[in-house]
Amino acid sequence: MSMTEKHKVLERNVTLLAAAALVTVAIGGIVEIAPLFWIDNTIEKVDGMRPYTPLEQAGRDVYVREGCYTCHSQMIRPFRDEVERYGHYSLAAESIYDHPFQWGSKRTGPDLARVGGRYSDEWHVQHMRDPQSVVPESIMPKYSFLADADLETHDASDRLTALRRVGVPYTDTDVENAAADLAAQADPDADAGDLATRYPKAQQRDFDGDPARLTEMDALVAYLQMLGTLVDVNAAAAQEDLAQETGR
Amino acid sequence: MERVVSRAGLWFVLLILAVMAMAAAQDSGFAAHMAILAIAALTGLWLSIANADYGAMARGVLRMPSDPSRYDDDPVRWGVIATIFWGMAGFAAGLFIALQLTWPAFNLEPYLNFGRVRPLHTSAVIFAFGGNALIATSFYIVQRTCRARLAFPGLARFVFWGYQLFIVLAATGYLLGITQSKEYAEPEWYVDWWLTIVWVSYLVVFVGTIVKRKEPHIYVANWFFLAFILTVAMLHVVQNLDMPVSLLGSKSYPLFAGVQGALIQWWYGHNAVGFFLTAGFLGMMYYFVPKQAERPIYSYRLSIIHFWSMIFLYIWAGPHHLLYTALPDWAQTLGMVFSVMLWMPSWGGMINGLMTLNGAWDKVRTDPIIRMMVWSLAFYGMSTFEGPVMSVKSVNSLSHYTDWTIGHVHSGALGWNGMITFAAIYFLVPRLWGRDRLYSLRMVNWHFWLATAGIVFYAGSMWVAGVTQGLMWREYGSDGYLVNSFAETVIALHPMYMMRAFGGLLYLAGAVILVWNIWATILGKLRSEAPMTSAAYDPEKDRPAVPAQSAQGD
Amino acid sequence: MNPHSTYETLRQFADSWGLLILVVAFVVLTAWPFRPGSRDYHRDAANMIFRDKNDGE
Repeated sequence: MSMTEKHKVLERNVTLLAAAALVTVAIGGIVEIAPLFWIDNTIEKVDGMRPYTPLEQAGRDVYVREGCYTCHSQMIRPFRDEVERYGHYSLAAESIYDHPFQWGSKRTGPDLARVGGRYSDEWHVQHMRDPQSVVPESIMPKYSFLADADLETHDASDRLTALRRVGVPYTDTDVENAAADLAAQADPDADAGDLATRYPKAQQRDFDGDPARLTEMDALVAYLQMLGTLVDVNAAAAQEDLAQETGR
Repeated sequence: MERVVSRAGLWFVLLILAVMAMAAAQDSGFAAHMAILAIAALTGLWLSIANADYGAMARGVLRMPSDPSRYDDDPVRWGVIATIFWGMAGFAAGLFIALQLTWPAFNLEPYLNFGRVRPLHTSAVIFAFGGNALIATSFYIVQRTCRARLAFPGLARFVFWGYQLFIVLAATGYLLGITQSKEYAEPEWYVDWWLTIVWVSYLVVFVGTIVKRKEPHIYVANWFFLAFILTVAMLHVVQNLDMPVSLLGSKSYPLFAGVQGALIQWWYGHNAVGFFLTAGFLGMMYYFVPKQAERPIYSYRLSIIHFWSMIFLYIWAGPHHLLYTALPDWAQTLGMVFSVMLWMPSWGGMINGLMTLNGAWDKVRTDPIIRMMVWSLAFYGMSTFEGPVMSVKSVNSLSHYTDWTIGHVHSGALGWNGMITFAAIYFLVPRLWGRDRLYSLRMVNWHFWLATAGIVFYAGSMWVAGVTQGLMWREYGSDGYLVNSFAETVIALHPMYMMRAFGGLLYLAGAVILVWNIWATILGKLRSEAPMTSAAYDPEKDRPAVPAQSAQGD
Repeated sequence: MNPHSTYETLRQFADSWGLLILVVAFVVLTAWPFRPGSRDYHRDAANMIFRDKNDGE
């Protein structure tokens, strides 16, 4: 066998090895991941879920930016103690518009999946400014800078467009009015137009106690105050149970 | 001359593009990153047109020998230095966040709050420390086992420096708030793209070297490295399919959401552990342990079974991070079953490594580097037993969301990855710098004991903290109500968090001794001390089958 | 076809043929390195990292 032919055989071997390894590692992922996209009962449709309002999404972006997931989960497991502590267990449909999902993997602080409406806006603002002033045992960092940071609104439409491209069903009206919606939701005196019809259950008020400014604190508190409030969980869970009985 | 001009031209174009992107940036974070890119391009431009040979000057300062008839070890030397540098940065960041969890006053808002520094710590130790160790050792091992020099020397240097740029962009990004908050995949879309380019180049250099090998057989260590490079490429690309808000801004939204996003996240996240921190490091183990023990691997056949069963099973185990969540039950059960099965190949690999010392167990007493390797394999065995246990649903219902998980990953990371990397560094540096031996083998011993004590404090305190936390959360009084508020569980963990920080301090102190020892070795010093044994090294034999001049011609 | 039956079909395949295929593949692949005549080859491969440049040429 000439040297070049020998070389070809060797080349083929490393190619074969690489191909075999790639096939071997691909199998598990394909079997587990692919069905999630086309087995319908992965996510039961539930009433009440809607995309985030531009202000809530802006607050979620702050939540993502600050890495809140490193200490707070958003996924209540179906155990008696968790349900009593945090509320009804989380449903798959509740994070359907979460790009990225923020279920988390560590509870250095409590779960936040249903924190909406549990505390007042004032409590949240004070807690963000100085957590130990509200909960002396807390080891949470201070986030007082959020109250001083003006919320960026210039790319609100672009953000909704990007989200629409990855599958969040925002309408053309939603995208066009994003910046206006965002400002109106944090201003109790503003004319919010049809915000409440496009985003049912959207809460319109000044969230950070400083009506003169639209801050990152406004956005983050608006996001926290809506977490887990959209779905009538008991009705939805009944739907899910029914789906399970019929085969899952 | 033409080559110099075209190279300088490329740097110049990159510089202009970076400055333009900086000016048009949609947000200050993106502008800062483009400024870093511009500085990198300016440095490249300066290095390519300056008359002075800065590479030679740096090699002089770092006492790097150059012998063109030998293997292409310059990227390996740089890689060893980068591994140590980023290791120190990552350990220090870890100690810092451990102190933040103990005393929240250590948080300095906004840039040094826990939520921003924690990803910095995980990325620094996994991708910067671990990644540089993997790139350096794989370049060293693939050359020796193929008896050939690196296939594309220029590209290999690009891989090294490009990877450092990735680390700098990722790390500065977290502090500036540029993150996707997807665990272990936090960098934003453009940093992901950059890493993809670097990673494909890495694959090309590695496979290219195997293709031009002078040995008929591809040694098993290279199988593990190859699987690691390929799988990480697959995971990285799928996990980071994102839609940028603007091509001139840092923000993007991931393609996948909710349940699908969660499963893809942990398919990625668990196999970052499985292939980055396990397969790649097993490649190191399969070369360095036999070399240091001076005897072949216990069973080469077992290593083949180990390889195929491990890479097949690992991929399925991701859903064990999502037990009792909204993920469908069938996927959770698959994840749990495969995690338990994974115990077998893992222990097969551990036994294969440990039994290599069969008939030479006295070396554990006399050779501190072997002792480190054996200890790292013992921790590999412990973590790969603990992992399957924690993947069992009933155990996971207690351990999930608690510090038990944190203790588990650190017994793996500090014990297995850390120890095998330190051992590899101690093995490599005298050979790479042409020294007779390390500055001090006794100091390796000190490092070993400091690191071991650090791990014991760390894993012990976190295990206790995790079980405490899990039990307190679910504790019911006789009145039928929950006993503890969340704040009460936080207070209960305070002593354990102090002990954890102390363990981290010990581990960091051990690494300081490593820096001292390696630095003195590079300077060519020898500590006068009672001798200890280490593996023999004959530089004359450490040569490629074909000298460099002809090797570069083919 | 309703989605639940898709799930059932896949589930039945996984419990029967899928399981059989994986078990057979496991047995064959585990036995393969121990086939007769492979001993010398593997011993040679394991010792390859200790040979100097003049060996094996």
